[in-house]
Parts: sequence; structure tokens; C-alpha cells
Amino acid sequence: MATVAVDSLPINDTTRPDVADARTNRITALFLGVAIAAVALGILLGFLQALEHAGIDLYPYLKPIIHSYYQGLTLHGVLNALVWTTFFICGFLLYITVQAYRRPLTHPGLAEITFGLMVVGTVMAAIPMLLDEATVMFTFYPPLLAHWSFYLGLTLVVAGTWLVTLLVSLVHCAWRKEHPDERMPLPGMMSIATLAMWSIASSGIALEMIFFNLPLSLGVIPETSPIIARTLFWLTGHPIVYFWLLPAYISWYTLVPRQVGGKLFSDPMARVSFMLFLVLSSPIGLHHQFTDPGISSTWKLVHAFGTFAVFFPSLLTFFNVVASLENGGRARGGTGWIGWIFKLPWNDPTVTPQILAMLTFVFGGIGGLINASYSMNLVIHNTAWIVGHFHLTVGAAVTLTYMSLSYWVLPRTLGRKLWAPQLAMIQGWLWFFGMIIFSNALHRLGLLDMPRRTAIGMSPYVQEIATPVVQEWRAILPLVAIGGTILTISGVLYILICVMTAFFSRKVTVPNGALLFSEAQADASHAPRALDQWRPWVATAIVLILVAYGPTLLELIGTTSLNVPGRRVW
Amino acid sequence: MIEASWIVPSALIPAIMLVLLLYATFSVGAHVPTHEENIDPKLVAQTAPFNNPGLFDRGNGQYDVVMVGQTWSFRPNEIRVPLGARVTFTVTSQDVIHGLRIEKSNVNIMLIPGQVGKATAHFTERGEFLLVCHEYCGVSAIPTLGHQAMYGKVIVE
Ligand SMILES: [Cu+2]
Repeated sequence: MATVAVDSLPINDTTRPDVADARTNRITALFLGVAIAAVALGILLGFLQALEHAGIDLYPYLKPIIHSYYQGLTLHGVLNALVWTTFFICGFLLYITVQAYRRPLTHPGLAEITFGLMVVGTVMAAIPMLLDEATVMFTFYPPLLAHWSFYLGLTLVVAGTWLVTLLVSLVHCAWRKEHPDERMPLPGMMSIATLAMWSIASSGIALEMIFFNLPLSLGVIPETSPIIARTLFWLTGHPIVYFWLLPAYISWYTLVPRQVGGKLFSDPMARVSFMLFLVLSSPIGLHHQFTDPGISSTWKLVHAFGTFAVFFPSLLTFFNVVASLENGGRARGGTGWIGWIFKLPWNDPTVTPQILAMLTFVFGGIGGLINASYSMNLVIHNTAWIVGHFHLTVGAAVTLTYMSLSYWVLPRTLGRKLWAPQLAMIQGWLWFFGMIIFSNALHRLGLLDMPRRTAIGMSPYVQEIATPVVQEWRAILPLVAIGGTILTISGVLYILICVMTAFFSRKVTVPNGALLFSEAQADASHAPRALDQWRPWVATAIVLILVAYGPTLLELIGTTSLNVPGRRVW
Repeated sequence: MIEASWIVPSALIPAIMLVLLLYATFSVGAHVPTHEENIDPKLVAQTAPFNNPGLFDRGNGQYDVVMVGQTWSFRPNEIRVPLGARVTFTVTSQDVIHGLRIEKSNVNIMLIPGQVGKATAHFTERGEFLLVCHEYCGVSAIPTLGHQAMYGKVIVE
């Protein structure tokens, strides 16, 4: 195994001009700007929820704007889980695709229209949420009935992501014409696989919106079928997790190895894992509905198998990324079984938070397997455990990676220096420790049967039915507030650093140069040729979804009718 | 191929875990809720068995609970059974989606309008056990109402 000197792996090729043109840079920065604005508000609302759990109720002071814990929780979920992630991903993947294929967008005007469409959609969804006309959580399970603008807005955002898929595919096609026999550049291939997976998987939510939620909210259909709508929702609702995660993996595979001074362990193994994610991410969503009556337990078990199948590319990723980190640590002079870990860069805000993110993801992944483990799910379904789980995954593994990436993407696209890198470093560590405390507390509360999505601080049963278990909750709940406070401080620092970097930091006049991705110890030359094709993988993904969902959906359509009226219960 | 040393464990670990899961599931016979029956949610109050919610003694320590969820209460909301009772819950919702979780039991099921669900619990410990709605089901201006106030208890004596 060849080792490399750190100095031989700069992140920029200063001899070549940056391939991202001014328009791509601007569109990337705009997408990130909306993402950061969303997460700013989302984090502040999360702070209120964490305090509420510890008995500190600040909602009465917000009455004219936020009417209830649940309105705040809906905003928190939509802004963080949907807006922050989606906008960040679209900006980041457009940027990575352009850099990887070394050619500008074929239709930059379409990229700007896409951004405009997604902003319009977000505003259309945000207004009813802010007016307390859509207090339905980010899962909006019918028959809960929000204002039509909420559903239409979210639908437009999803439609925007399809246009992003089209944009990156066009870059690929243009490149392919010029390079008929070359292997796809790894980061570009990964970006397209991510967006292709998402575009197929989001058909579920699109069908739910178009055939159920929108017509119900507009009065076109008087009544709905909650079970069908819910099943379509989770057809998209599980793969959305991979839509959030895969861009982080792209960074861990193609940026981090070089940043830590090493090489990616295996390029072909990385390609295989992404094609498998494309194929396997969707046909496993029923594990979110293990406790639903109305769906046969046989199909639930089939989906449980699928969840274990997708564990395969997850482990491939884990081993590949860790071997790459080890390669970097050894190149920096680390020796022995664990000595290389200490040689990794532990004080670089563009890398370190991502290594911390990987750590949180190990625990998040193990928790996820428990959730998907059929009967084991009965212990934790809809308890605070789930909240702890997805704060470790999307809230830490994904969000820490995106935060760290924004410290890297914003300076590159705006031509400014990162403001206060030492503070950025502290921000990353604070988020990590805050999330460990917060999420650990929620996992324990979940094992003690504390329900999720509940204003537990004002709940009468906490006072009135003080079973021994409920008394244990009381002892743990303050930790939720402590973790939440640390997270809020970190979040405020993040926003501050982003704003200062974007508007006030020193301009960098020297061009950054072209972006260099990680080299691989085992490069693409021995990767199977099938990995350069798209059609068979996309077709397999669609077939597997039809097999996994077809019978269940057909049975539901045959046995249920549109007989449940929509309700506003807030 | 240097990758083989990682590809093999990546495939073996999930496979072994899956076998263990299957073994655990079928040896204990622990299953998740499945499809039972459909019901018109607007006619819950007229449709058997939900026209008569409550606790029913089936003899030999077997009990049935017929339970309806609505904003923001369970009917019945207090269930009193002797130690060792095996209780089958038959549940539905007459408005929005609710959830039912009984502390320290195997009962964890969604109450979905239009669907009838079944879950079974074996109460082997004396005491009071909290029974809560664990799916968001609404807000009230009165703090003692709303989703966080939807609960009941099981008393095992
Ligand atoms: Cu409820």
C-alpha cells in the first residue's frame, strides 16, 4: 500500500483555472443561502422545544407569531429536515457535478429558474405554516388537513429537485459525447446516482400530493384514504434519508481523503456502493409502518429483509472511508493500530466536523438497524428513541457534514476567506457534544416509552400518572434542554460565521484554481464496465419499487375507499 | 483484488444479522400488527364491536379490550385486569391518526381511521401502567386538552 506525502495532495490545482463559472458559483451560493436561512430559524425553534421538555415554557411569549408547541415543531421539522437539506443538496451537487466533469452547466438559465421555482415553493409552504394554517408536522399525515398552499409549495420544491436531476444529467450527456470511452468521474457519477435515486423515490410523495392531499385541500375530493396516503408518503420518506446522506458520503469519499492527506481506498468499491444505493434505497420504506394495521405483516417482513440488504453498501462505505482515513493518518506519520487516528487533522473546520459526523453515524446506523428489525421496532416505534435516532443521523452525521462543507463551499463560490476558522472549529465540536448529550437522553427516554411529538413538559400525565417510569423521565429530561442549549449556541455560531464569510470577510483575489478530488489507491480502471451504464440500474430500481409496493398498494386500493374527511385539529 | 477483504465482511455481517433476526422473530412468535379489517370511520359508533367499547372477560385469564381513539381521548381509558392477564386490544380511530403505546408491554400500534388493528399484551407485573397516544393528533387552547393530554392507564392487580 503506497503512502503519500501530505504536501503532494493540495486541494486546488492552481495551474488550472477554476472550472466553475461565475453563474454556477452564484447558483450554488444562492441554494446554500436559502438552506442556511432555513436552518437558522429551524434551530431557534428547536431550542424552544428542548426547553419545553425541561418544563421551561417560552411559547406564551411568542403568541402573535407561534401559537403552539406543535406549530413550532412543524416549522422545525419542515425547515430543518426538508428545506435545509434539499437546498443544500441541490446547490452542492450542482457544484460537485460541474467540478467533477470539468465543464459548466449546459443550461445555466434553467438552473436559475429551478432555484426560483424552489424558492416560490418554499415560501408557499412557509406562509401557511407561519399563519398556523398548516400545523400538521413535516409528515402531514392525512386526514390532518393543511392549507392547499402548503401542499402545492412542497410539491413545487420536489419538482425543482427533478429539474436539478435533469441539469446534472445534461452535463453528463454533454461530457459523454466528448469522452465516449472514459470512466465517469467518481464525484459526478455519485451526484447523478443520488439525484436519480431521489427522483425515482420521490414519485411516492408526488402521487400522494397530486391524488390525495392537494385535491382534498382544494375540495375536489371530499374525503381521503389515510392508509394509502401514508404508504405513498413512506415510499419516499425512507429513501429521503439516503437523499440526505449520500451527498455527505460524496464528501467522505471524494473530498475528505485528500483533505486528510490520503487517498481513497477503492474507487470501484465506491461506485458499487452508490449504484446499490440507487437500487436498494426505496423498496424498504414499510419499516416505518411496522405498527400500521391495514398492511400485511408478510410484506413488512420483506421490507425488513431489504433494509438489511441496504446495510451492505453502507458497510462498504464504512470500510472504504475508514481505510481512506487510515491511509491519510499514516501518510501524516501515524503508526500502530490506532496511532493514525491522532494524526488526522483535528482542528480544520472544513474536515474535522466531518470526521465527527462519521462517528455519530456509526451509532446512528446501529440504531437504524434496530428500528428496521421488525418485531424489535415495537419497543421504540414513535417513542423519543426515534427523535434521538434521526438527530444522530440527519441532525449530526448529515448536518455536521453540511456545516463543514459550507465552510469550504462558501469561500470558494463567493471568493472570500472563511471568517474566524478557529471559531468554526469550536462550532463543529460544540454541535458534536451537544448532539451526543441531546440524542443520548432521547434514546434513553424512548426506551422508557416516552412518546415523540408530544409537548411533554405540559402533559398532564407526567404530573398525574407518575409511574416509576415517568419519574425516570423527569430525571433525564433536563439533559434534553442542556444538549439543546449547546446545539443552539453552536447553531448561532454557524449562522454568524456563514453571514460574516458571505458579506464581510476578506476578498480573495487570487483564483482558487480547479478543484482536485481525492485520488484512489485502487482506481477506476478495474471497475466493472456495467458501472458506467445508467439504464440497467435505474430500471432495476423501478422494478424493485414496483415489486415491493405494487401488491400492497393494489390491495389497499381494492379494500379501502376514500371515506375519511379531512380535519383541522389545531 | 484488495477490496475482497472488505466486501466479504460487508455482505456477511448483514446476512448473519438477518438470520438472527428471523430466528428471534419466529422462535418467539413476535409479530407486528397486520391487516385485519376495514371499517367506515364515520360509522364507528354504530359498528360492532366498536359500538360497545370496553373490557371483556373471555375466561381463563383472557381478556378483550375494544378501544376507540378520538381527539383527545381513548375509550375506555382505564383498564383493570388481574396479574397474568392476556389482553387482546382491538382498536380504531374515528377521526385522525392516533397511536397507542402501553408502557412496558408489546402494545405499540397505530390507530388509523378506516382500519381495525389488533395487538396483544401479557401483563406479568403488578402496578399502574401508562397508556399514551404517540402520534400527533392536535392542539387545543386549553392546555389540559390536545395530543399531550390523550392518555389512560392499565391497572394490574
Ligand atoms: Cu391522539
